[in-house]
Amino acid sequence: MEASQKQVGQPLSRLEGQLKVTGTAKYSGDYQVPGLLYGYVINSTITKGKITRLDTGRAKAVPGIVEVFTYENRPSLAWFDLQYADMDAPPGSPFRPLQDEEILYNGQPIGLVVAESFELARYGATLVEVECEEEAFETDLRKEASKARSPKIGMATMLKPLPPRPKGKFEKAYQESPAQVSAEYYHGTEHHNPLELFATTTIYEGDGKLTIYDKTQGTINSQLYVSNIFGLKYKDVRVISPYVGGAFGSALRPQYQLFLSVMAALELKQSVLVTLDRQQMFTFGHRPPTIQQTRFSADMDGKVTAMNHLAIGETSRFEDYTEVVVNWSHMLYPAANTLMQYKLVELDVYSPLDMRSPGGSTGMHAIESTMDELAYKTKIDPLQLRLINYSEDDVSLNRPYSSKELRQCYLQGAERFGWDKRSPEPRSMRRGNKLVGYGMATGIWEANQLPAKADAILTTDGKLRVNSAVTDIGTGTLTVMTQIAADELGMKIEDVEFLYGDSKKPFAPIQGGSFTVSTVGSAVKVAGAALKKKLFSIAKKMKDSVFSKADLKEVVFEDSRIFLRSDRSKSVSFLEIIEANGGKPIKVSKFSVPSLLKQKKYSRATHSAAFVEVEVDEQLGIVNVTRAITAVAAGKIINPKTARSQILGGMIWGISKALREETIQDFNLGKYMNQNLAEYHIPVHADIHELDVIFVEENDEIVNALGVKGVGEIGLVAMPPAIANAIYHATGKRINQLPIHFDSLL
Amino acid sequence: MNNFDYLKAGDIQDAIGKSGSCTDSSYIGGGTNLLDLMKYDLAHPTTLIDINHAGTQDAVTETENGGLRLSAFATNADTAWHPLIEEKYPLLSKAILAGASAQIRNMATNGGNLLQRTRCYYFYDANVPCNKREPGSGCSAILGYNRIMAILGTSEHCIAVFPSDMCIALAALEATVNVEGPNGPRSIVFADFHRLPGDTPELDNNLLPGEIITSIDLPPQGFSDNYSYLKLRDRNSYAFALVSVATGLELDGDIIRNARIALGGVAHKPWRVPEAEEFLVGKAASEENFAQAADIILRGATGYQYNDFKIELAKRAIIRNGMMALHPETQLPGALPSA
Amino acid sequence: MGSIFSFEDGFLFLRSIQLLGIIVIVSIDVYQCYITMLTEIVEKPGLIRSGQVSLKVNGNPVQLNLLPWVSLLDAIRDHAGLTGTKKGCDHGQCGACTVICDGKRIVSCLTLAVMKDGSEITTIEGVAPEGDLHPLQKAFIEHDAFQCGYCTPGQICSAIGMMKEGKAKSREEVKELMSGNLCRCGANTNIIDAIMEVQNQDAHE
Ligand SMILES: Cc1cc2nc3c(=O)[nH]c(=O)nc-3n(C[C@H](O)[C@H](O)[C@H](O)COP(=O)(O)OP(=O)(O)OC[C@H]3O[C@@H](n4cnc5c(N)ncnc54)[C@H](O)[C@@H]3O)c2cc1C
Ligand code: SF4
Ligand code: FES
Ligand code: FES
Repeated sequence: MEASQKQVGQPLSRLEGQLKVTGTAKYSGDYQVPGLLYGYVINSTITKGKITRLDTGRAKAVPGIVEVFTYENRPSLAWFDLQYADMDAPPGSPFRPLQDEEILYNGQPIGLVVAESFELARYGATLVEVECEEEAFETDLRKEASKARSPKIGMATMLKPLPPRPKGKFEKAYQESPAQVSAEYYHGTEHHNPLELFATTTIYEGDGKLTIYDKTQGTINSQLYVSNIFGLKYKDVRVISPYVGGAFGSALRPQYQLFLSVMAALELKQSVLVTLDRQQMFTFGHRPPTIQQTRFSADMDGKVTAMNHLAIGETSRFEDYTEVVVNWSHMLYPAANTLMQYKLVELDVYSPLDMRSPGGSTGMHAIESTMDELAYKTKIDPLQLRLINYSEDDVSLNRPYSSKELRQCYLQGAERFGWDKRSPEPRSMRRGNKLVGYGMATGIWEANQLPAKADAILTTDGKLRVNSAVTDIGTGTLTVMTQIAADELGMKIEDVEFLYGDSKKPFAPIQGGSFTVSTVGSAVKVAGAALKKKLFSIAKKMKDSVFSKADLKEVVFEDSRIFLRSDRSKSVSFLEIIEANGGKPIKVSKFSVPSLLKQKKYSRATHSAAFVEVEVDEQLGIVNVTRAITAVAAGKIINPKTARSQILGGMIWGISKALREETIQDFNLGKYMNQNLAEYHIPVHADIHELDVIFVEENDEIVNALGVKGVGEIGLVAMPPAIANAIYHATGKRINQLPIHFDSLL
Repeated sequence: MNNFDYLKAGDIQDAIGKSGSCTDSSYIGGGTNLLDLMKYDLAHPTTLIDINHAGTQDAVTETENGGLRLSAFATNADTAWHPLIEEKYPLLSKAILAGASAQIRNMATNGGNLLQRTRCYYFYDANVPCNKREPGSGCSAILGYNRIMAILGTSEHCIAVFPSDMCIALAALEATVNVEGPNGPRSIVFADFHRLPGDTPELDNNLLPGEIITSIDLPPQGFSDNYSYLKLRDRNSYAFALVSVATGLELDGDIIRNARIALGGVAHKPWRVPEAEEFLVGKAASEENFAQAADIILRGATGYQYNDFKIELAKRAIIRNGMMALHPETQLPGALPSA
Repeated sequence: MGSIFSFEDGFLFLRSIQLLGIIVIVSIDVYQCYITMLTEIVEKPGLIRSGQVSLKVNGNPVQLNLLPWVSLLDAIRDHAGLTGTKKGCDHGQCGACTVICDGKRIVSCLTLAVMKDGSEITTIEGVAPEGDLHPLQKAFIEHDAFQCGYCTPGQICSAIGMMKEGKAKSREEVKELMSGNLCRCGANTNIIDAIMEVQNQDAHE
């Protein structure tokens, strides 16, 4: 048996589990140092205009209130947009907290009160007098839709390709097809609302040095941001973030509490904790409201002939945030005629920000709902329609997939769900006074890999330590990386330590887009491989080495030893190698870079199929997702336990998006009205019923050396359309606006 | 939130005395509403008088007329789960258990529940016009996003909803609120306790300054054989009602002898229309009859665009809950619709 | 014992990982000095008097000198130094701050510390004897009943309170009575699985 692959594939429980269930895991607001000051943010209460008068006198007069920062007294800082740009900044001019008197959006931070206690800081914020001159504003996407324009291109658009070029003659093909469907879709703003409040504790170390506990999805991203803006040396800024209380994209960009905490700490030469409150959690990025129009046609055999998909998304006045919304249908379905369009409308809001399955969950809602309509039009079972239009290749780019086991997702998912028990007519299934509906949808998400670096160190006690700056936002990164490293060196989990969440450690990009395992996992793997090589070369040089004539291919690493493959009785332990190394640890550092040349010839994507049963109360419209199964093809699954949880979490997000959450906008006031968790409804336990996950076998030797694709987003994408389709099947009502409120079914 | 003086009241007279001797004081029970408002900077008492130990925390005592007396200082949870309440007033128990969360019900007092303020988004945002918060400033909800607002008993000054679940059951049960104040004790029948907004939307109820709720009396009739509380909301739990209905029936075979129907989530107070209840007396407990009763109850209902649906929803909820009251044993946790 | 509560420890998380497998509990005397320090900061002239609040936290008597406006949650976190209890909303809307107060689960953000003078509080740090795990803690790990872990202390304290109430029998009842604890990561099914397992074990004992 090969030594490797022992840990990978095991349903290992999270290694940080004990710390999390005992309350000992420390999040960024949990670090208390002597003399810690508390910051509380003051936000704009108007939507657009200028501050005309600021009076901080009353606040400052209160004993215990140390300082009030506003644009009037903030230190002079970096000048160029580029210095404010983080790894995830869209094209445009990034928002600068406390820059000047301009108010760009409702809830904009306009001041920071720093005090000796949290209560005093919060109180102080109520004493600051602010007068503003209001200007006309617009926050209504639908009202402004006619002003939609093409997005600007920039760095961040690299990972977000523009719509593919038109193919064939859409209009003609559509008109000539016997089955046509066209529909409009809309969903409003959504906010990430991780349960943890955004907090940054900046520890003032003196000598221009800072240690920053930040809520972030990228320690190095925050480090660069702080260094660039405040003119500090990179090495003097250390950002630490081992535990992140959920993020879902919200911490991909440094948020304003980071800026304010650092600014105050530097100015006051003291350590400062700034925590946002739940209301303030609605004053930075969000999922943009989006209008979509689809027109799909097919022949009566169900072959899709033409597809047009237009999306109009919201962005701010200062940045062009974009998403990949309209590219997906043609990655799935081989229509000969396509027309994909993506546009933006500028409004007086903060810039949108990637939120779990950005773009994909938006686009697939429209695409898979439209496909469902097409199924009814052509009188073909919805699953059958997908199979009829199944394409092994990515026809949008005319290249094969590195792997694609979507067909197995459809078949295994349908089988376990019992799709064959579905009767085709809407309103034809019931259970007591409930209408029952079955719906399904396809999911797709990109499988990217970015460059990253890792260190691997064999410590003097013969244990392995692997280092990376990457965070673990609850995805199981620590556990999965430990498994990868353990297998690479043939070690036990207990003998491997993965250290992460620290900008001092080797480079990792921001954690998002489901690319962490492929990116950092690859770095861990190559670092591990390099360490093996080094260990072997030392072992070879040892006195009377059993390996003197062997090369690396002829040995195996197992049980913290190197064995000669041909004669297992010959082996050297890692401890002996350390001894041979003069008792010193052995360290390697390795950059992993995606093999672009190899990857370029392929499209790389994760796929899924979701099957959903809903019960709809016939009289009252109340909807429950009583059962759902998602079958996922995501390459190799390193840890089925944590991966399953990721998919379940994604599915629950799908339920939430379809039926629960929405940020309510008042367009007269230009603000969000439900900035709290009582009225921003995320699902409660009572909303969640039977959920199941299938991982379909998928072998991929191209996507990366590990064969992994990532599972963070794919669980979500197919759920909203599957639910909407199930509701249609149950009730005969097609509701294309999310979330679907029960009263729309009365 | 501003700082304040904190005083503990030893008994009710002590509380009233303390309240009389300072300006801008507030009683505090569980604090789950008051502290919420204070943290949002919507309430600014300079003294808090803790009344948790001013009266008995024993939830329930039996009264001479065969009814029960609920202590105002007992928690919602202790009340809902009290064996006598579960047995004789299951409608009240269900309604309380449909509100807030288990943790909040362990804190919230019965007195505080009656006095909780509206959850109108605009009331909760100190920076927008709201007549309830700032009389004369205007009502942002009427032309705003008013999905959660009232359809009955509104005024041009305010369309807010009273959010309690417990009180909907108390209205149906015709409870009496006992209060004590600077001018001595008095009792207020439940229907007169809460107010409609009229042109004084700043007043939620008829409690006078300094008055303290000491107890709530339940008359003997608890409708424990045929009752149901139905709560319709945007998620299955831990959300306020868009529409809720408390129904109690006394049946003679199929025929209704006595009926109580109170609506929540639709008005500035629990909504009851005795005429509809009288209409049902002597009639069969059928969907058709409940539908007619619903029409009476909803007479004059008006929507404000985003809450138009509540009119039809309330009608269906009344019908459904009437039917659910016939089978209390099939009711689901969380006051969800059942068979 | 390695205390998690060392102020200057910037490398804390590295240590935490090394300490994996050991339950680290704050030793009372360590935070006691912190409390004294904070009290000095808070007690400023011109503001309202602070008062003595005596709590028994996880079995240990704790004396705090607090202003009335300090919530029980902030007293536990900022003043008693027990940061296992989390703040997710500060308005009773999420359940992250759930603790057990005099035997009952409550949200600690919506009550004042002064109101709980004399109370016994159990936080996540105290649900099991030192060095041991509560059956629910074990079940949460086994069922992967968390991702980010931020709602977890509240979920566990709430579940302990719920089981003590003894009102939830069926899975549906447990779901309803646990609905005061939100989980944004979507660990819901695993959380309920974990609770049901412990509840069923208890039922068989
Ligand atoms: C997130 C959340 C969700 C909720 N969901 C629901 C729900 O679904 N349904 C529902 O019904 N409720 C709900 N509630 C509201 C909850 O029921 C109330 O907050 C609670 O009942 C108030 O009781 P309390 O004792 O905490 O009141 P407090 O906050 O202590 O007091 C409220 C008011 O009453 C006054 N007061 C208190 N007791 C007395 C007395 N004896 N005499 C005179 N004045 C007194 C106080 O001065 C104060 O003005 C929710 C609350 C929260 C925070
Ligand atoms: S409905 Fe009443 S509470 Fe709401 S904004 Fe209008 S006046 Fe204020
Ligand atoms: S922090 Fe207390 S309930 Fe959210
Ligand atoms: S585990 Fe992250 S919120 Fe529950």
